Amino acid sequence: MVDFPVLSIMTFLPLAGVAIILMIRGDAEDVERNVKHMALYTSLFALAFGLFLFKGFDGSSAEFQFVEKVEWFSSSGFSYHMGVDGISVFFVLLSVFLTPLCILASWDAIKTRVKEYMIAFLVLESFMVGTFCALDSVLFYVFFEAVLIPMFLIIGIWGGPRRVYAAYKFFLYTLLGSVLMLVALLTLYAQTGTTDIPTLMENPVAVNIQIWLWLAFFASFAVKMPMWPVHTWLPDAHVEAPTAGSVILAGVLLKMGGYGFLRFSLPMLPDASLFFAPLVFWLSVIAIIYTSLVALVQEDMKKLIAYSSVAHMGFVTLGIFTMTTQGIAGGIFQMLSHGLISAALFLCVGVVYDRLHTREIGRYGGLVNNMPRYATVFMIFMLGSVGLPGTSGFVGEFLALLGAFKVDTIVAAFATTGVVLGATYMLLLYRRVIFGPQANNDAAAMTDLNPREIGILVPLALLVLYLGVFPGAVMDRITPSVDRLVGNYQAHINREPVPEEIIEEEVILKDVIVVPDILPDAVPAEEEKEEGESHD
Amino acid sequence: MELLAVFPPLLGFLIAALFGKQIGDKGAQFVTCAGMIIAALAACSLFFTVILASHPYTTVLSEWITSGDFTVSWALRIDQLSVVMMCVVNIVSACVHVYSVGYMSHDDHKARFMAYLSLFTFAMLMLVTSDNLLQLFFGWEGVGVCSYLLIGFWNHKHSANAAAVKAFVVNRIGDFGLALGTMAAFVVFGSVEFDVMFEQASAVAENTIEFFGFELHALTLVCLLLFMGAMGKSAQLGLHTWLPDAMEGPTPVSALIHAATMVTAGVFLVARMSPVFEYAPDALMVVAVVGASTAFVAATIGMTQFDIKRVIAYSTMSQLGYMFFALGVSAYSAAIFHLMTHAFFKALLFLGAGSVIHAMSDEQDMRKMGGIYKKIPVTYALMWIGSLALAGIPPFAGYFSKDIVLEAAWADHTWFGNYAYWMGIAAALMTAFYSWRLIIMTFHGQPRAHQKVMKHVHESPGVMLVPLFVLATGAVLAGFVFYGGFVGGGHHGAESGHAEVAQEHHEEEGAHRTTFVVTKEGVHAEEDMNSAPEGPVSVNKIWNKEGFWGKSLFVKDENDTVDAAHGAPFWVKKLPLLVGLIGIGFAYLAYMFFTGVPAVIVKMFRPVHTLLFNKWFFDELYDRLFVKPAFKIGNVFWVKGDQNTIDRLGPDGIAHKTLRAAGILSRFQSGYVYQYALVMMIAVIGILSWFVFRSGNGL
Repeated sequence: MVDFPVLSIMTFLPLAGVAIILMIRGDAEDVERNVKHMALYTSLFALAFGLFLFKGFDGSSAEFQFVEKVEWFSSSGFSYHMGVDGISVFFVLLSVFLTPLCILASWDAIKTRVKEYMIAFLVLESFMVGTFCALDSVLFYVFFEAVLIPMFLIIGIWGGPRRVYAAYKFFLYTLLGSVLMLVALLTLYAQTGTTDIPTLMENPVAVNIQIWLWLAFFASFAVKMPMWPVHTWLPDAHVEAPTAGSVILAGVLLKMGGYGFLRFSLPMLPDASLFFAPLVFWLSVIAIIYTSLVALVQEDMKKLIAYSSVAHMGFVTLGIFTMTTQGIAGGIFQMLSHGLISAALFLCVGVVYDRLHTREIGRYGGLVNNMPRYATVFMIFMLGSVGLPGTSGFVGEFLALLGAFKVDTIVAAFATTGVVLGATYMLLLYRRVIFGPQANNDAAAMTDLNPREIGILVPLALLVLYLGVFPGAVMDRITPSVDRLVGNYQAHINREPVPEEIIEEEVILKDVIVVPDILPDAVPAEEEKEEGESHD
Repeated sequence: MELLAVFPPLLGFLIAALFGKQIGDKGAQFVTCAGMIIAALAACSLFFTVILASHPYTTVLSEWITSGDFTVSWALRIDQLSVVMMCVVNIVSACVHVYSVGYMSHDDHKARFMAYLSLFTFAMLMLVTSDNLLQLFFGWEGVGVCSYLLIGFWNHKHSANAAAVKAFVVNRIGDFGLALGTMAAFVVFGSVEFDVMFEQASAVAENTIEFFGFELHALTLVCLLLFMGAMGKSAQLGLHTWLPDAMEGPTPVSALIHAATMVTAGVFLVARMSPVFEYAPDALMVVAVVGASTAFVAATIGMTQFDIKRVIAYSTMSQLGYMFFALGVSAYSAAIFHLMTHAFFKALLFLGAGSVIHAMSDEQDMRKMGGIYKKIPVTYALMWIGSLALAGIPPFAGYFSKDIVLEAAWADHTWFGNYAYWMGIAAALMTAFYSWRLIIMTFHGQPRAHQKVMKHVHESPGVMLVPLFVLATGAVLAGFVFYGGFVGGGHHGAESGHAEVAQEHHEEEGAHRTTFVVTKEGVHAEEDMNSAPEGPVSVNKIWNKEGFWGKSLFVKDENDTVDAAHGAPFWVKKLPLLVGLIGIGFAYLAYMFFTGVPAVIVKMFRPVHTLLFNKWFFDELYDRLFVKPAFKIGNVFWVKGDQNTIDRLGPDGIAHKTLRAAGILSRFQSGYVYQYALVMMIAVIGILSWFVFRSGNGL
């Protein structure tokens, strides 16, 4: 493939941009302009590397590619290990694709501390890419947590009136989960003596430990997703965040939770995942129905879309924990599609917010008359969010539901009601904002999209439609990795039930810190599940 | 050729939508109309190559979704059923496109309107040519969106927007079933491609599937879930409430989408899935009962409405009910036959009504019309043709199709077949009544409109009348010409064990004759084929329902009610015509000669009339049962759930506690170094002793 470290370059390129930005001097106006341009070029440069990555990526292989591995502390087992497979590569692309759009979207909207704002975004980009590329759990943890800091600042400094409340809520929730994940990662290290993710994926730990580790990981990822009932930080964070902050939050940050499930929970803790799958199913179903109903009564555009995000992420968790090829591939596709659609929806809200400085739905109306182009692109994203076939939103949602139907018809039926509710709240939003009489003069006087906004929204719209009609461009590259994940999982679950041996092996492997006192309970539970599995 | 029949509308849409400003309204109208006419001609040519030459085929365009063992592709399945649908869709759509040029001449958004119409047609074509359930779903949702856009086209009207959202959401409830049905089909058949499903249908006929904790007959479940989707799209009882409201859209939309094409998608779906439905008799029973009940209920409501378009909308719903009970008794070919004739005469009626509305300066209330038949004679005559066809008066199209539907229901000889027959007869009576009620109220009597309006009443321009002539031709001839092909007796008419009389069939214009002879052994069919010797393509072989439909429709031999229908007794065959004439007579008596009668009847049956006039209170019921609770629950979840419970126990609560704890802790920060030193000492001792204790324990 290639000899130079593409992933490291992509990860640290934005930081190099930051270094240059820090060196920019002059009078305030020049600095502001130069900083914006520098940030844009840096992110575009990263995007170019992203396209290169996409081109060089071998879609037929399930292996990690573009691997870089440098021993860090040779004795400890830590290493600087980067690489992407079919599951992670598109999240990297999503990150580098959305960042330039965010910078463009902030071009005129951000008036204060422009330099710091751009730095925050580039740093954020660096950490996001790093999170998805890291193949060492310590490295992953560092990036995963570091993402919080720039996001916290973006909400807390450039946010709306209640930004401090929102920022602390965001931080509090995610930090709680993170602490538990750190414990889990340390325990994994203590158990196996390595922090190397591919190695950990191949060697699941003992069943009794899995249960606790799974819960610890779950605490972190569920908050990030976010799953019901730990979702309440999201609406506040979205409402207070500046437009671009919402875009990254919905577009990429939420996906880290789903990615975590796929990278850690499923491959490293298969037995526990099986054990907890019903829990995840029902939390997902509750999320879908509950948040859809809540979205129905919102008067704030951003809050409505934020709640719809929770519902859409419900389809993701549902799909992932079906452990079927369709479910997992659908979950991943849904994440990518949601990354585009929800990002675009927040950008659409940003467009009118920039003009009228309110997010209240009732203040708008009849925009189709004075903003026909805006009405058209908004419609494409609205329909994508509704999950209309022919848009990317449909493919993921349908596959996830299909996977769920294979496993549990009741769950699938309840989850499918989400398509009805989803249509309801999105159409009502669209109707109240775009159609109807022009009640407010200032809203009626707004100008249509300017070229910059068209440049931001049209690529997103084209991608949403293209992926709806030809999802193969993404799906074919995801599939080998998903197949391997499902294959390993099934092999592990269906292995000969010889619990005693496994326990001995694991015990020998390393000193066990957690005393295996829940052992007798956990093993029969697993056997029961196996029967259920073979029944299918 | 199939590409030429499907993609010109898409092209027309793209050009009109993206370059509408550049090419202007005229350009957009020209491009979309030209695209539609090309597509219509291509569809007609497919009729010859596919049906008359019996040469169905499938063109795969590209891969769509592949995930594990789940694969679907974009494909055009060109078989007899889809070609019939394509012809209907494209011809009606071409007429409506041309008509719209005249009808929308005063509108500001002509290009947008034409673009939507073309996009709708494309979606509909994708629906009917699909070779798997998922592409069908794509077309299904696509037509739904276009319907949403077109109902709400006059978006300054609040009612139009509300109707648009209602239409989409109610349809989505049906789609919920369709989506689940597709998933269930995948689980049962391992594929959602029609060919695979049809092949395996008989093999999995005995299978069961676990659904909602019950073990259910797999095919029945699949069929019922799919039928739920059909109910939504085709406005069957329960999910019908959106259709009357959809009349808020411009009239050409009502004609194209809410009469001729989209609403028949459900009928098409069931007919397409006939090889599966045949193995799910319980599902067929449900289809028949729902269809028959819809036919009846819709007709009762239709008699009491005053909005000219709503009357025709309820009539559409009622006729869709006919099609469904025909499907329910396995008379798929009869259902599609009625679908085809209905498309012509109902589109004609709607466009005729559009002409009236246009002439009356956008008045839709029949109470404010009257006395205009001399001023718009052409429209008047065309409305007569449409109504005669709808009421089933020979030799108009509706006579042939409606009769075969009713006869098939009777010939099914099951309780639901009989139920359907009698419901159908009752509905036929009411249909004739409200059709002439409409004609008389609209055209005859004293003018009830304002003088200003009356002065303006004018015949529509040629661009609106020519499409009407095309449709009128269909409404007159389609039944007579296509009877033999769509539902004509087959080669093995012997299955109709109920034929009691020797009967000769030569209704077909072709020379094909089948003679039923009753002998002691049973009924035999002797075929008089001598006029058609072995030829390469013999019209005689094609021009009966087996030859015409080929393998695109599947009926188990013992379920072949269409064949049996030909042997129905005289009274069964003529009763629909009789009640039709009676209905027309009633309408004349009540509205032409004794104009006081309707008011008296309304007074006599006040509660019944209230029930009917308010459409059986479905809207109010749903509003109370679903709509309001949904919003209420949403608010409860948001305020009580998110804010008062999760946040109070979660972050806000913790923050509050933390603040208090911090207040207490801050007292320890006294600033005295000796206190700190003391704490530090205690801590160090504590930690050290723990380590010592632990290592000692370990060793």
